[in-house]
Amino acid sequence: MKILVCISQTPDTTAKISFTPDGASFNPAGVQFIMNPYDEWYALVRACEIREAGGGTVVALNVGPAANEVTIRKALAIGADEAVRIDADPSSAAFVAKQVAEYAKAENFDLIFLGKETIDYNGSEVGAMVAEHLDLPYISNASQLHLNGNAATLERDIEGGVEVLEVALPLVLSAAKGMAEQRIPNMRGIMMARSKPLKVVPPVALDEPVKTIGFTLPPAKAGVRLVDPEQMDELVRLLHEEAKVI
Amino acid sequence: MVLVYAESPGGQFKKSAFEAVTYGKKVAGLLGTSCVAVVLGANASGAGELGRYGASRVVQVADAALDHFDSQVYAAVLSAAARELQAGVLILNHTSGGKSIAGRLAVRLQAGLVSGVNGLPVASGTELRVKKSVFSGKAVAEYAIVSPVKILSLTGNAVRPEAMGQPVAVEPLAVPVPAARVSVKSVKTIEGRVPLPEAEVVVSAGRGMKDPANWGIVEDLAAALEATTACSRPVADSEWRPHHEHVGQTGIAIRPNLYIAIGISGAIQHLAGVNNSKVIVVINKDPEAPFFKAADYGVVGDLFDVVPRLTEAVRKFKAAH
Ligand SMILES: Cc1cc2nc3c(=O)[nH]c(=O)nc-3n(C[C@H](O)[C@H](O)[C@H](O)COP(=O)(O)OP(=O)(O)OC[C@H]3O[C@@H](n4cnc5c(N)ncnc54)[C@H](O)[C@@H]3O)c2cc1C
Repeated sequence: MKILVCISQTPDTTAKISFTPDGASFNPAGVQFIMNPYDEWYALVRACEIREAGGGTVVALNVGPAANEVTIRKALAIGADEAVRIDADPSSAAFVAKQVAEYAKAENFDLIFLGKETIDYNGSEVGAMVAEHLDLPYISNASQLHLNGNAATLERDIEGGVEVLEVALPLVLSAAKGMAEQRIPNMRGIMMARSKPLKVVPPVALDEPVKTIGFTLPPAKAGVRLVDPEQMDELVRLLHEEAKVI
Repeated sequence: MVLVYAESPGGQFKKSAFEAVTYGKKVAGLLGTSCVAVVLGANASGAGELGRYGASRVVQVADAALDHFDSQVYAAVLSAAARELQAGVLILNHTSGGKSIAGRLAVRLQAGLVSGVNGLPVASGTELRVKKSVFSGKAVAEYAIVSPVKILSLTGNAVRPEAMGQPVAVEPLAVPVPAARVSVKSVKTIEGRVPLPEAEVVVSAGRGMKDPANWGIVEDLAAALEATTACSRPVADSEWRPHHEHVGQTGIAIRPNLYIAIGISGAIQHLAGVNNSKVIVVINKDPEAPFFKAADYGVVGDLFDVVPRLTEAVRKFKAAH
């Protein structure tokens, strides 16, 4: 089994978000970066479990600059066998998907994992784009994956329920909660990660169909209005007359 | 022309489809063009009603093979429809279905995609500029789509469905439907109230509840408000409540009109999933709880007293209105 896991690097969940003074780009100063939680906890761990059960290779792929190698080494410490870094700024979903597909098309992966979204740009776009580039089935928001030879059974979270489906490998899937349990890398994993192969690949060009204009911070809340705990009729009145939500 | 994919999971049109058509009509108005809705599947009934929300035409690819979802098949059919009808802008919902196909359509149509938008775009020359919430609600990004074909996917509850027209006759559309590779074996639905992503009122509770046996007061408040229940992550992790109720950065992101948080501290990862709610009410005994900073209304008090009192007040209000 040959498995590709796409990992993205994002600001830590508690990071204070700020932008350059012209608002054109994200300001990384003082920000702690992590592996996108969906990629790490669910996609990567499930990929490792499948390899542990049936053999094979797990390749972790990141599109990003050399500074991302800390995150890539963490993926190796958690259990990926080898890693690939496409040496480019991950400027858009379209660009990242193009790089992943370009790399994957010569490699014949059985499974291509992503997280269900990244916690920075929240797009949920890359997986479907990769699948289309490679003409493969795509299962988004997958919370379960079981393999029986070449046949995969999956559960996919949909609004108000779960879809149970079957599909033959190869396929692309995005992983959601339920797929696996978070793993903390141990000392042995961290040591081994240092000597695992990390290949650097140049990017391919893409004519960007979407350009980023800039960023702003959302307007601050006016401040909380406190209501006396004895006065719940008053709260209901406010919600009806002032907020108009009931 | 603006083409809206009006989704009909299980053959039913839901609020998401009406939101997308309403949004599509407004985008069409901005661009001085018309809004056409496309419907997939043989069992989608009542498609003509989409005319009420602003579709001047409704076309249906009534092939039974489309009654089950496969993103590859749907993307092939929708892109064929977009080409056939010469759509300049394609609109989808940012739902489980939309997320599975929007990226595929972007590749097929060589189109720029901005997903999860929550407001109207602005036309600037041949570009379309549009904003969306990023960094889990901590910032707003503005993008310009520069490709000839443009795709937008719309966040749930961001636009209110508006009646702006009349029902129309549904026109059949013949496009090739490729064979599916994914087979849907079953759909397990969660019984009860409106699914969280679609809910307009959400009552959510956290570790301050102390014990799963105490959830009766939360259920009562939710019932009085016809709300959907949610919970914080530790509550789902300790199996006090089902996982599908978990909201936040690692759970579901929601944007109801009203979010009532009971005994939840308001950690940044929790806020990431709920801070786009229109109005937030926080009930917490600790006046220093971080959630109060993100709240519109707050009640500092013991939830075991406050929640039953609030439920009583809601019941009284509902009986009088
Ligand atoms: C990477 C990462 C991702 C995460 N993702 C999520 C996520 O998606 N969703 C999420 O919710 N969390 C998430 N968390 C966890 C988050 O950081 C918090 O730990 C969690 O939200 C706390 O849950 P809580 O508010 O229910 O519990 P607590 O923080 O324990 O808060 C309980 C609150 O109840 C109040 N209280 C207690 N008793 C009473 C009473 N009798 N009356 C009134 N108030 C009372 C307390 O004052 C307190 O404010 C994540 C954490 C990490 C590190």
